[in-house]
Amino acid sequence: MAGANSECQNGAVLDQWHPLGAIDEAEPNVVHVTRLLGESISFAVTPEGRSAAWRTRGDLAAGMPVDPESVAGTLPSRCEFLYVWTSLGDPPERSFEIPEFFEPDRRNFNACTIGLHTSAPRAVENFLDMGHFPFVHDGLLGSEPRTEVVDYNVHVDGDTNEIWATECQFWQPAASATATEGQMVDYIYRIMQPYSILLYKSCPAAPERMDLIGLFVQATSEEHCRGHMFLSLIDDESSIGHIRRFVQTIFAQDVPIIENQNPKRLPLDPQAETPIRSDRASILYRRWLSDLGVTYAVIPAA
Amino acid sequence: MTADPFTLWHPVASEHDVPYRHVHHGQLLGRELAVWRADDDFVNVWENRCLHRGVRLSIGSNDGTELRCQYHGWRYANRSAGCTYIPAHPADAPARTICNRTFPTMERYGLVWSGEEPVGEPPTVDVLEAGTPFGLRNLPVHAPADLAVRHLQAHRFLPSDRLDSGSVAMSVEWADEYSVALTAATTDTDDGSASTAVFFVQPVDSGRCVIRAVLAETPAASDQMAVLRHHATELNALVARIEAEAALLPAPEPMVPVLQQVPLHLAEVPEAPSGRQAALRVQVRRKWETAAGVAAFELAPIEGLLPTFQPGAHIDVHLPNGLVRQYSITNGPGETSYYRLGVKLEPDSTGGSVCLHSTVREGDVLAISEPRNNFPLRRDSMRTILLAGGIGITPLLAMAQALDRMSLDFELHCFAQSAEHTAFSDVLDGLGESVVRHLGLPPDETVAEIRRLVAAPDEFTHVYVCGPGPMLEAARREAAAAGWPDDHVHFEYFKNTTEIDDSSTFEVALARSALTVTVPSGSTILEVLRESGVPLPSSCEQGACGTCVATVLEGEPDHQDVYLNDSDHQAGDRIMTCVSRALSDRLVLDL
Repeated sequence: MAGANSECQNGAVLDQWHPLGAIDEAEPNVVHVTRLLGESISFAVTPEGRSAAWRTRGDLAAGMPVDPESVAGTLPSRCEFLYVWTSLGDPPERSFEIPEFFEPDRRNFNACTIGLHTSAPRAVENFLDMGHFPFVHDGLLGSEPRTEVVDYNVHVDGDTNEIWATECQFWQPAASATATEGQMVDYIYRIMQPYSILLYKSCPAAPERMDLIGLFVQATSEEHCRGHMFLSLIDDESSIGHIRRFVQTIFAQDVPIIENQNPKRLPLDPQAETPIRSDRASILYRRWLSDLGVTYAVIPAA
Repeated sequence: MTADPFTLWHPVASEHDVPYRHVHHGQLLGRELAVWRADDDFVNVWENRCLHRGVRLSIGSNDGTELRCQYHGWRYANRSAGCTYIPAHPADAPARTICNRTFPTMERYGLVWSGEEPVGEPPTVDVLEAGTPFGLRNLPVHAPADLAVRHLQAHRFLPSDRLDSGSVAMSVEWADEYSVALTAATTDTDDGSASTAVFFVQPVDSGRCVIRAVLAETPAASDQMAVLRHHATELNALVARIEAEAALLPAPEPMVPVLQQVPLHLAEVPEAPSGRQAALRVQVRRKWETAAGVAAFELAPIEGLLPTFQPGAHIDVHLPNGLVRQYSITNGPGETSYYRLGVKLEPDSTGGSVCLHSTVREGDVLAISEPRNNFPLRRDSMRTILLAGGIGITPLLAMAQALDRMSLDFELHCFAQSAEHTAFSDVLDGLGESVVRHLGLPPDETVAEIRRLVAAPDEFTHVYVCGPGPMLEAARREAAAAGWPDDHVHFEYFKNTTEIDDSSTFEVALARSALTVTVPSGSTILEVLRESGVPLPSSCEQGACGTCVATVLEGEPDHQDVYLNDSDHQAGDRIMTCVSRALSDRLVLDL
């Protein structure tokens, strides 16, 4: 039975695919150890991009060489969208689709992986939030006095059960690594699974297409997580170092704020916090987590 | 029997923890607190949590009057902890009271006292009341408060004036659950040197506390450093002993404070506002006092240009507290990069002028409507008489500057209490001899002066009046008595003081929309039409500004406004839909 021997007892979370690390940053055929849902989990990848994941055990210590395909007693695992994913329960055959990822002219890479002393859903909710741009990312993603969040649409897609927030707009002084002047930027947010969110953002280099920025959160415990920042950009000019520095600057500005949220687990009780109209996406996210039966890393509604 | 710690006053900070413009992170009985001093010296003790998304307010900024959350810029007011501004929605700050949790607070003996639900007042200590209290360094201790109190009873120190003393006798003046008073007296001499210190222990959490010590007498200035050093040394040693013992005990479970739920009505996402819309966003570029009790504002566009205005026009200002107020644009011709307003602080304000005076500041974003002109200036008359009472100068100032620029003959009569009470004096000075100031006139002399000014009606002159109700009534009366035709005398009221009778029920048919609705008692035509999806522009919504006018095709209006004049009322072909109703069973409007 799923989760019988897991520390996390929440089936809705155990059955999800969870990221463990960027494929490109994991030396092939070597044991890597990380944490997931309160447990120590090991994984390894082959040079061809196949993977194995298992509950950490003594005979396969961190740094030891290993042939991933020879490891017995493994967890489900897959290499997809730049990361190694695993599940501690019975995961679905497919996780989610990102068709744009396979377009030949895109640059896909992990911008950074950052450890956070907060819950995974708090990190997702922060990623979903435009209202903080002028205050937390002053001069980059927003700037006073352009503080208004205009109304946008938000819904749960009936087929995929994903949350979509569309027609989002925000004025940004330096929306991307290539931006040189302020502009109104169009955003679409998409939450695919409880701890994974993707942002589609108007692309300076190709006005009819969109850049993709994902935050795939690895819940290492209820109140700790690692955020993997996924990028799929149409940008031939900037160096990867330049883009990474930009993204990491943004992320680093968020850290001291979201680590100072109290409580750290996301409260799902509607009366725990006070929403305003610009929070309609996060309100739907909280309700959607409740409906999915997520109880891990959240404070369930009474 | 032990007292419930939740009903006691405890120290939560020392005076020097809360300098101006700082936010101190405190904790009491497991609950985190944001402690901050406003510029008026009130010390606020609040739950350390922004109600919006739970971010600690102790990482926010204290601007002297308000605490601003670092995450979304929400601002909370000194004392009340009410939210005054939500930057994400500058246009429609909801008129609901979002209020942070506050705790009682009092300063005593150099300490800030508070508590969850404290009864009475903080403890009164005779030896401190009689003495000259002197605060020592605070010591955080990783141990339960009761352990610290127990160890404190065996604490030793030397009298302040005999730090060289070889032998002292310690006596415990008293000890209770959270405080100990000790006296140290010399025994090696008989000079009677003695010092008393009171140690208050703040229970931070089940396993942590802070010792806050106060000497009963302030040492001589030259001795203070030595005394502080002596106590710091002794207390450090004491803390080491307390923590050594605490380390041997099982760690107590941390206390889990109950976070209050927000009220149901604040837990839901508010609807987008309907009704009066504010299309423009402006920033307060400058705010200054233009006369006693009158604040002037320059509102600049955030981007692009401001819409064109005409003399006499007003805008709706949507205030951070949810109120909507009308203010005339005072600009002269060509002054198009900003709107300049004058706002008088009304003693009986219901929140509009108070908010603009005390809450809104330079740099803030405000939502405003496009300018509307229901007080238009004719520029085809040979002469124009402008009568301004007090802050009623605002629309007339715009008119006077326009007339002056066109070299048209006008006189602007400013009635004011005194020169100090005359707003925009600098602009008036630039208008030269066309401006006549009538300062400090009692009511009867004001009426006499108005009578004199309107004594000679002529068909080539128009009169414009703006001021308080009694002045407008006097002008209306005197002009009528002198024989002025209604359409030569123009009024702008600040407000409609008529008592509105909304008891009638009637039908309204819309000729163009082919819609018939019933207006029940208690509702206005404007409201019912809005609910039926027929939005009419509106502004003051009290029958003074003229924005919500509709043409009457059939039926007899029950006029209750002050915008239309008597002839208009008699003609009955226009109606102010925000207050006026029907005397007939049915009205047909050209909508």
